[in-house]
Amino acid sequence: MILDILIFVFIGIGLFFNLLAGIGLLRFPDVYTRLHAGTKCTTFGSIFLIGSVVLIGLNMWWENDTNGSVLAIHSAAALIAILLTNPVGAHAIARAAHRSGVQPVGAVIDELAEKRGKTTSDSQTGGD
Amino acid sequence: MRAFVITTIVCFLIYLLLTTGSGSDFLGLWSNIELIFGILLSLIVGFIARTVFVKNNYRLLNPVRWILFLGYLIGPFFFSLAKANLDVAYRVITGKINPGIVKISPGLTTDLGITMLANSITLTPGTLTVDIDEDTNDLYIHWINVDKKALEKKPIDCSYICGSFPQWVRRIVE
Repeated sequence: MILDILIFVFIGIGLFFNLLAGIGLLRFPDVYTRLHAGTKCTTFGSIFLIGSVVLIGLNMWWENDTNGSVLAIHSAAALIAILLTNPVGAHAIARAAHRSGVQPVGAVIDELAEKRGKTTSDSQTGGD
Repeated sequence: MRAFVITTIVCFLIYLLLTTGSGSDFLGLWSNIELIFGILLSLIVGFIARTVFVKNNYRLLNPVRWILFLGYLIGPFFFSLAKANLDVAYRVITGKINPGIVKISPGLTTDLGITMLANSITLTPGTLTVDIDEDTNDLYIHWINVDKKALEKKPIDCSYICGSFPQWVRRIVE
Protein backbone atom coordinates (compact mmCIF):
# COMPACT_ATOMS: atom_id res chain seq x y z
CA MET A 1 0.00 0.00 0.00
CA ILE A 2 2.68 2.49 1.09
CA LEU A 3 4.86 1.21 -1.75
CA ASP A 4 2.06 1.85 -4.26
CA ILE A 5 1.69 5.42 -3.04
CA LEU A 6 5.48 5.92 -3.22
CA ILE A 7 5.52 4.60 -6.80
CA PHE A 8 2.73 6.96 -7.85
CA VAL A 9 4.49 9.90 -6.18
CA PHE A 10 7.70 9.04 -8.07
CA ILE A 11 5.83 8.84 -11.39
CA GLY A 12 4.16 12.16 -10.61
CA ILE A 13 7.45 13.93 -9.89
CA GLY A 14 9.03 12.45 -13.01
CA LEU A 15 6.12 13.48 -15.23
CA PHE A 16 6.11 17.00 -13.77
CA PHE A 17 9.79 17.58 -14.56
CA ASN A 18 9.57 16.05 -18.03
CA LEU A 19 6.59 18.32 -18.74
CA LEU A 20 8.65 21.25 -17.47
CA ALA A 21 11.40 20.33 -19.93
CA GLY A 22 8.85 20.44 -22.75
CA ILE A 23 7.55 23.86 -21.70
CA GLY A 24 11.12 25.11 -21.34
CA LEU A 25 11.91 24.04 -24.89
CA LEU A 26 9.03 26.20 -26.11
CA ARG A 27 9.61 29.24 -23.89
CA PHE A 28 13.38 29.82 -23.90
CA PRO A 29 14.84 32.08 -26.63
CA ASP A 30 17.91 30.26 -28.01
CA VAL A 31 19.57 26.88 -28.35
CA TYR A 32 21.75 27.10 -25.23
CA THR A 33 18.99 27.98 -22.80
CA ARG A 34 16.77 25.36 -24.42
CA LEU A 35 19.49 22.79 -23.80
CA HIS A 36 19.44 23.79 -20.13
CA ALA A 37 15.78 22.78 -19.93
CA GLY A 38 16.23 19.76 -22.18
CA THR A 39 19.05 18.13 -20.23
CA LYS A 40 18.55 18.89 -16.55
CA CYS A 41 14.80 18.38 -16.39
CA THR A 42 14.71 15.22 -18.49
CA THR A 43 17.54 13.67 -16.47
CA PHE A 44 15.88 14.45 -13.16
CA GLY A 45 12.48 13.31 -14.43
CA SER A 46 13.94 10.07 -15.79
CA ILE A 47 15.62 9.33 -12.46
CA PHE A 48 12.23 9.34 -10.78
CA LEU A 49 10.36 7.51 -13.56
CA ILE A 50 12.98 4.77 -13.69
CA GLY A 51 13.16 4.77 -9.90
CA SER A 52 9.50 3.84 -9.78
CA VAL A 53 10.10 0.96 -12.23
CA VAL A 54 13.04 -0.22 -10.10
CA LEU A 55 10.79 -0.16 -7.03
CA ILE A 56 8.18 -2.28 -8.81
CA GLY A 57 10.92 -4.72 -9.86
CA LEU A 58 12.39 -4.95 -6.36
CA ASN A 59 8.93 -5.55 -4.95
CA MET A 60 8.36 -8.43 -7.42
CA TRP A 61 11.78 -9.82 -6.50
CA TRP A 62 10.92 -9.61 -2.80
CA GLU A 63 7.86 -11.75 -3.53
CA ASN A 64 10.14 -14.44 -5.10
CA ASP A 65 9.53 -13.61 -8.73
CA THR A 66 12.99 -13.50 -10.35
CA ASN A 67 11.58 -11.61 -13.34
CA GLY A 68 11.52 -8.66 -10.96
CA SER A 69 15.32 -8.72 -10.74
CA VAL A 70 15.53 -8.50 -14.54
CA LEU A 71 13.16 -5.52 -14.52
CA ALA A 72 15.01 -3.70 -11.74
CA ILE A 73 18.56 -4.26 -12.98
CA HIS A 74 17.87 -3.53 -16.62
CA SER A 75 16.02 -0.33 -15.75
CA ALA A 76 18.92 0.73 -13.53
CA ALA A 77 21.30 0.09 -16.44
CA ALA A 78 19.12 2.32 -18.63
CA LEU A 79 19.29 5.03 -15.95
CA ILE A 80 23.10 4.86 -15.85
CA ALA A 81 23.19 5.16 -19.66
CA ILE A 82 20.94 8.23 -19.53
CA LEU A 83 23.06 9.83 -16.79
CA LEU A 84 26.22 9.32 -18.84
CA THR A 85 24.99 10.23 -22.32
CA ASN A 86 22.58 13.11 -21.65
CA PRO A 87 25.21 15.72 -20.62
CA VAL A 88 27.61 14.53 -23.33
CA GLY A 89 24.93 14.95 -25.99
CA ALA A 90 24.05 18.41 -24.69
CA HIS A 91 27.71 19.39 -24.76
CA ALA A 92 28.06 18.13 -28.35
CA ILE A 93 25.01 20.11 -29.52
CA ALA A 94 26.14 23.28 -27.72
CA ARG A 95 29.66 23.01 -29.12
CA ALA A 96 28.38 22.44 -32.66
CA ALA A 97 25.99 25.38 -32.33
CA HIS A 98 28.73 27.71 -31.14
CA ARG A 99 31.07 26.56 -33.89
CA SER A 100 28.46 27.28 -36.55
CA GLY A 101 28.15 30.82 -35.24
CA VAL A 102 24.97 30.79 -33.15
CA GLN A 103 25.22 33.67 -30.66
CA PRO A 104 23.64 33.32 -27.22
CA VAL A 105 20.63 35.66 -27.07
CA GLY A 106 21.09 38.55 -24.66
CA ALA A 107 24.55 37.45 -23.54
CA VAL A 108 26.37 39.79 -21.19
CA ILE A 109 29.73 38.08 -21.85
CA ASP A 110 31.04 35.54 -24.40
CA GLU A 111 34.62 34.57 -23.61
CA LEU A 112 34.59 31.65 -26.04
CA ALA A 113 33.82 33.94 -29.02
CA GLU A 114 36.59 36.30 -27.82
CA LYS A 115 39.09 33.45 -27.69
CA ARG A 116 38.01 32.05 -31.05
CA GLY A 117 38.18 35.49 -32.70
CA LYS A 118 41.72 35.89 -31.38
CA THR A 119 42.98 32.55 -32.68
CA THR A 120 41.42 32.95 -36.14
CA SER A 121 42.94 36.41 -36.66
CA ASP A 122 46.34 35.16 -35.47
CA SER A 123 46.72 32.01 -37.54
CA GLN A 124 43.82 32.04 -40.08
CA THR A 125 43.15 28.37 -39.41
CA GLY A 126 39.56 28.77 -38.21
CA GLY A 127 39.78 26.02 -35.61
CA ASP A 128 40.30 22.35 -36.13
CA MET B 1 48.16 -9.38 -17.82
CA ARG B 2 46.77 -7.19 -15.04
CA ALA B 3 44.67 -5.25 -17.56
CA PHE B 4 43.35 -8.53 -19.01
CA VAL B 5 42.26 -9.82 -15.57
CA ILE B 6 40.57 -6.54 -14.64
CA THR B 7 38.69 -6.32 -17.95
CA THR B 8 37.57 -9.95 -17.70
CA ILE B 9 36.25 -9.54 -14.17
CA VAL B 10 34.36 -6.35 -15.02
CA CYS B 11 32.86 -7.98 -18.13
CA PHE B 12 31.80 -11.02 -16.14
CA LEU B 13 30.15 -8.88 -13.45
CA ILE B 14 28.19 -6.95 -16.08
CA TYR B 15 27.20 -10.23 -17.76
CA LEU B 16 25.97 -11.55 -14.41
CA LEU B 17 23.94 -8.40 -13.80
CA LEU B 18 22.28 -8.59 -17.21
CA THR B 19 21.40 -12.30 -17.01
CA THR B 20 19.74 -12.54 -13.60
CA GLY B 21 16.63 -14.68 -13.57
CA SER B 22 18.01 -17.16 -16.11
CA GLY B 23 17.74 -20.15 -13.77
CA SER B 24 18.05 -21.26 -10.15
CA ASP B 25 21.30 -23.24 -9.96
CA PHE B 26 23.56 -20.52 -8.55
CA LEU B 27 22.19 -18.33 -5.71
CA GLY B 28 18.72 -18.83 -7.15
CA LEU B 29 19.35 -16.35 -9.95
CA TRP B 30 21.65 -17.88 -12.59
CA SER B 31 21.74 -21.22 -14.42
CA ASN B 32 25.05 -23.11 -14.72
CA ILE B 33 25.14 -22.95 -18.51
CA GLU B 34 24.74 -19.17 -18.35
CA LEU B 35 27.69 -18.90 -15.92
CA ILE B 36 29.98 -21.03 -18.12
CA PHE B 37 29.03 -19.13 -21.25
CA GLY B 38 29.55 -15.85 -19.40
CA ILE B 39 33.07 -16.82 -18.35
CA LEU B 40 33.95 -17.81 -21.93
CA LEU B 41 32.60 -14.58 -23.39
CA SER B 42 34.30 -12.46 -20.71
CA LEU B 43 37.65 -14.10 -21.47
CA ILE B 44 37.29 -13.32 -25.18
CA VAL B 45 36.15 -9.73 -24.59
CA GLY B 46 38.82 -9.23 -21.92
CA PHE B 47 41.50 -10.31 -24.37
CA ILE B 48 40.25 -8.03 -27.15
CA ALA B 49 39.44 -4.94 -25.08
CA ARG B 50 42.23 -4.96 -22.50
CA THR B 51 44.19 -2.09 -24.04
CA VAL B 52 41.05 0.02 -24.55
CA PHE B 53 39.54 -0.45 -21.10
CA VAL B 54 42.63 0.01 -18.90
CA LYS B 55 45.17 2.69 -19.74
CA ASN B 56 48.12 2.29 -17.32
CA ASN B 57 46.15 3.90 -14.52
CA TYR B 58 45.21 1.65 -11.63
CA ARG B 59 44.05 4.37 -9.23
CA LEU B 60 40.40 3.38 -9.65
CA LEU B 61 41.09 -0.10 -8.23
CA ASN B 62 41.04 1.45 -4.77
CA PRO B 63 37.63 0.71 -3.15
CA VAL B 64 37.83 3.94 -1.11
CA ARG B 65 37.41 5.84 -4.37
CA TRP B 66 34.28 3.82 -5.26
CA ILE B 67 32.73 4.64 -1.89
CA LEU B 68 33.66 8.31 -2.37
CA PHE B 69 32.08 8.21 -5.84
CA LEU B 70 28.84 6.73 -4.50
CA GLY B 71 28.79 9.29 -1.70
CA TYR B 72 29.37 12.05 -4.26
CA LEU B 73 26.48 10.80 -6.44
CA ILE B 74 24.01 10.49 -3.59
CA GLY B 75 25.07 13.57 -1.62
CA PRO B 76 26.30 16.76 -3.33
CA PHE B 77 25.51 15.67 -6.90
CA PHE B 78 21.89 14.72 -6.33
CA PHE B 79 21.35 17.79 -4.18
CA SER B 80 22.67 20.08 -6.94
CA LEU B 81 20.59 18.24 -9.54
CA ALA B 82 17.44 18.87 -7.51
CA LYS B 83 18.42 22.52 -7.03
CA ALA B 84 19.13 22.85 -10.76
CA ASN B 85 15.66 21.61 -11.60
CA LEU B 86 13.94 24.01 -9.24
CA ASP B 87 16.09 26.77 -10.74
CA VAL B 88 15.10 25.83 -14.30
CA ALA B 89 11.47 25.55 -13.19
CA TYR B 90 11.67 29.10 -11.84
CA ARG B 91 13.18 30.39 -15.08
CA VAL B 92 10.70 28.50 -17.27
CA ILE B 93 7.79 30.05 -15.39
CA THR B 94 9.10 33.62 -15.01
CA GLY B 95 11.26 33.82 -18.17
CA LYS B 96 14.03 35.76 -16.36
CA ILE B 97 17.42 34.97 -17.90
CA ASN B 98 20.76 36.76 -17.98
CA PRO B 99 23.03 34.42 -19.95
CA GLY B 100 26.70 34.48 -20.88
CA ILE B 101 29.62 32.20 -21.73
CA VAL B 102 32.47 32.27 -19.21
CA LYS B 103 35.78 30.47 -18.86
CA ILE B 104 36.91 28.56 -15.75
CA SER B 105 40.19 26.79 -14.97
CA PRO B 106 39.42 23.87 -12.65
CA GLY B 107 43.04 22.68 -12.67
CA LEU B 108 42.32 18.99 -13.32
CA THR B 109 44.82 16.98 -15.37
CA THR B 110 43.34 13.60 -16.37
CA ASP B 111 40.80 13.07 -19.16
CA LEU B 112 38.50 11.07 -16.88
CA GLY B 113 38.50 13.83 -14.27
CA ILE B 114 37.71 16.59 -16.74
CA THR B 115 34.94 14.47 -18.31
CA MET B 116 33.37 13.86 -14.92
CA LEU B 117 33.55 17.53 -13.98
CA ALA B 118 32.08 18.65 -17.33
CA ASN B 119 29.18 16.20 -17.00
CA SER B 120 28.55 17.28 -13.42
CA ILE B 121 28.57 20.94 -14.45
CA THR B 122 26.05 20.30 -17.23
CA LEU B 123 23.64 18.67 -14.80
CA THR B 124 23.93 21.28 -12.03
CA PRO B 125 22.32 24.70 -11.50
CA GLY B 126 22.21 27.05 -14.46
CA THR B 127 25.38 25.89 -16.21
CA LEU B 128 26.13 24.00 -19.45
CA THR B 129 29.56 22.99 -20.74
CA VAL B 130 29.96 24.41 -24.26
CA ASP B 131 33.61 23.84 -25.12
CA ILE B 132 36.93 22.69 -23.72
CA ASP B 133 40.45 23.94 -24.34
CA GLU B 134 42.33 20.68 -24.72
CA ASP B 135 45.78 22.17 -24.10
CA THR B 136 45.05 23.77 -20.74
CA ASN B 137 41.90 21.81 -19.70
CA ASP B 138 39.92 25.04 -19.33
CA LEU B 139 36.16 24.75 -19.65
CA TYR B 140 33.84 27.24 -21.37
CA ILE B 141 30.53 27.32 -19.55
CA HIS B 142 27.20 28.75 -20.69
CA TRP B 143 25.80 30.33 -17.55
CA ILE B 144 22.09 31.12 -17.56
CA ASN B 145 22.24 33.77 -14.82
CA VAL B 146 25.62 35.52 -14.81
CA ASP B 147 26.65 36.85 -11.41
CA LYS B 148 28.04 40.41 -11.72
CA LYS B 149 30.33 39.88 -8.73
CA ALA B 150 31.99 36.86 -10.38
CA LEU B 151 32.95 38.86 -13.48
CA GLU B 152 35.15 41.32 -11.56
CA LYS B 153 38.02 38.86 -11.21
CA LYS B 154 39.52 36.96 -14.20
CA PRO B 155 39.69 34.01 -14.57
CA ILE B 156 36.41 33.40 -12.80
CA ASP B 157 36.50 31.59 -9.48
CA CYS B 158 35.30 27.97 -9.88
CA SER B 159 33.21 28.13 -6.71
CA TYR B 160 30.66 30.41 -8.41
CA ILE B 161 29.93 27.79 -11.05
CA CYS B 162 30.49 24.35 -9.62
CA GLY B 163 30.87 24.72 -5.86
CA SER B 164 33.10 22.02 -4.39
CA PHE B 165 32.94 19.68 -7.42
CA PRO B 166 36.62 20.04 -8.47
CA GLN B 167 37.77 18.95 -5.00
CA TRP B 168 35.43 15.95 -5.07
CA VAL B 169 36.55 14.94 -8.57
CA ARG B 170 40.20 15.32 -7.58
CA ARG B 171 39.66 13.07 -4.57
CA ILE B 172 37.82 10.45 -6.65
CA VAL B 173 39.88 10.09 -9.82
CA GLU B 174 43.22 11.90 -9.44
